[in-house]
Amino acid sequence: MNSQWIKHSWGVLAWFCGILFFLPVAWMFLTSLHSESDAATNPPSLAAPLTLDGYTEFFDSGAWPPLINSFSASIGSTIIVLLLAIPAAYALSIKPVEKWTDVLFFFLSTKMMPVVAALLPIYLIAQFAGMLDNISFLTLLYCSMNLPIAVWLMRSFLSEVPKEILEAASIDGAGLITILRRVVAPIAMPGIAATALICFIFSWNELLFARVLTGVVAGTAPVYLTGFVTSQGLFLAKVCAAAVVVSLPVLIAGFAAQDKLVQGLSLGAVK
Amino acid sequence: MPSIRTPLRTFGAATAVLLLASACSGAGGGGGGENSVNVLMVNNPQMQDLQKLTADNFTKDTGIKVNFTVLPENDVRDKISQDFSSQAGQYDVATISNYETPMYAKNGWLAPMDDFVSKDSGFDQADILEPIKQSLTAADGKVYAQPFYGESSFLMYRKDIFEAKGVTLPEKPTWQQVAEAAAKVATPEVRGICLRGQPGWGQVMAPLTTVVNTFGGTWFTKDWQAQVNAPEFKEATKFYVDLVRNHGEAGAPQAGFAECLNNMTQGKVAMWYDATVAAGLLEAADSPIKGKLGFTQAPVVKTDSSGWLYTWAFGIQKASKKQDNAWKFISWASGKGYEELVGKNLGWSKLPDGKRSSTYQRAEYKQSSGSFSAMAEAAIKGAKPLNPGVQERPAPGIQFVGIPEFTDLGTQVSQQISSAIAGATSVDDALNNGQGLAEKVAAKYKGQ
Repeated sequence: MNSQWIKHSWGVLAWFCGILFFLPVAWMFLTSLHSESDAATNPPSLAAPLTLDGYTEFFDSGAWPPLINSFSASIGSTIIVLLLAIPAAYALSIKPVEKWTDVLFFFLSTKMMPVVAALLPIYLIAQFAGMLDNISFLTLLYCSMNLPIAVWLMRSFLSEVPKEILEAASIDGAGLITILRRVVAPIAMPGIAATALICFIFSWNELLFARVLTGVVAGTAPVYLTGFVTSQGLFLAKVCAAAVVVSLPVLIAGFAAQDKLVQGLSLGAVK
Repeated sequence: MPSIRTPLRTFGAATAVLLLASACSGAGGGGGGENSVNVLMVNNPQMQDLQKLTADNFTKDTGIKVNFTVLPENDVRDKISQDFSSQAGQYDVATISNYETPMYAKNGWLAPMDDFVSKDSGFDQADILEPIKQSLTAADGKVYAQPFYGESSFLMYRKDIFEAKGVTLPEKPTWQQVAEAAAKVATPEVRGICLRGQPGWGQVMAPLTTVVNTFGGTWFTKDWQAQVNAPEFKEATKFYVDLVRNHGEAGAPQAGFAECLNNMTQGKVAMWYDATVAAGLLEAADSPIKGKLGFTQAPVVKTDSSGWLYTWAFGIQKASKKQDNAWKFISWASGKGYEELVGKNLGWSKLPDGKRSSTYQRAEYKQSSGSFSAMAEAAIKGAKPLNPGVQERPAPGIQFVGIPEFTDLGTQVSQQISSAIAGATSVDDALNNGQGLAEKVAAKYKGQ
């Protein structure tokens, strides 16, 4: 009886926390459907008439180029990171190279310096190289920011591949490529999906570098989003509409990869 | 075992999207095309209107494509100082205020406009209001920016509430009269006055510095002696803080321009001392308090006038390779023709006003903004950017001190003031701390 009660109260607590976390998102969505003057009232008027004006204004004001820039930088960097991180992780787990712990530590050490400390040198390098306001340069930066994380993640996923299966495959006459394709990849795929999603989210949400290094043509969606804030006049509904649209790709990617993600993130736990 | 096919397909699709996206976005490069101009602007309503009207008018007439980047005020300042200080040349034109213009010009970051002006017969420079022009002229006597719109500060009040309570205000009240009126009209539902309390050199520090000026205080004397805890500065600050605490809006320590605008629009305050541009928003067609407002000059104590002067203006980056295009754009956006365009397309109350004498002669403008236009014009004309108080100043500026350190200094002191408004610290402590900060700044300039 007592344990039943504890179980139920955990359930209630979980629901409470879930709703608490979801409320700001729900409020953002609701506000995005209000007119500017209704969105600015205090206390908030929940029952105000709904309108799509915020969304219309967002797309009418030239939202596509920044969205495309964001897709371009996020997907591009994620693909490059995966192409580099998977072989690196393989060499650090399945067939560990000499001093692989040092290598892992080196990867981690590149994340130790605060990003903002590197901002000015990177800005000057970009200016000197004529790469300011260039989406390729931003993609490159996102690669370097996410690569260490991806290597660490992929290494932990690949370490879960049982050695016995690899040995069995090689006794059966499978070559390296076959082993990678037919044995390692299916087992590691949830891990790859989880890593890809995390890299995508980090790149998609990045604001600091994007704001400093881009300008007229290479601005990304988060930079564009901040542009709706004004110190004179109302902007809450527009910003909420923009925030909903900018959050959508991450949400969609998250839902699409949900199964893989759960498998990937609990990979270590179940084995 | 999970199939490898689906992820592979996703991977392929993602690559295809990426390639398509890169092709569409024309990855990088900067510059934005041959016959174009890159403009970095603050995201204020007047600039949003400009954005809407550019393609169908300016671009159609001249063939010059304008690429706008709009950012919130603080972000735009960061971005402009970053691009201009390194002379990276990403932006040809940027919105700068009369605070930055003399400093940027001195640093050699801006292209002087005198030659452009003299060659452009369509641009009426003499029509620009004198204080505005003066505040955009650098120490070398050259003009470095052209105004888009200008503002001073004045007092806005609810005529209906004042009439109901039998309270009147003269055309140029003193601060003491305003405080008395605030006490008389205040009720639990409607507070007496809205004054900014939000930290920030451009928030609470703007109205407060005008109060300090007219109480006889100053940040620095002509020979760079810090005066932040001097008796006049203290008296003014105590007056301001007491007025907000006793009769000011709810949540005053967080209230800035936008919050006061909301309070006034929603009928929660009876008076508001702030920028003249606010009048246009309060008298807009969809405003619930339209037609219920009265206006007076900025309240004074020891000076003739005390309104601030602020203008968002267009400056050309010296490193810009498209200065001719940049001038064409500025000449159009800052010109009389653009005002006409806004009036006819978007309504006369939306005019980017406060910069030209001719604006105040327009019959249509007078009709739509009649209740406040004369008062706003008088406020701007009465502003003295070089000599706003009772003593000489070491740097230009009414509600600010025209030195680069002021953004930090003003913001740090404003945090203390905000905390005094919240009751967490005393005005004496706040200003004594502020004096220490101001002395450090003054030390840099002494003996120069």
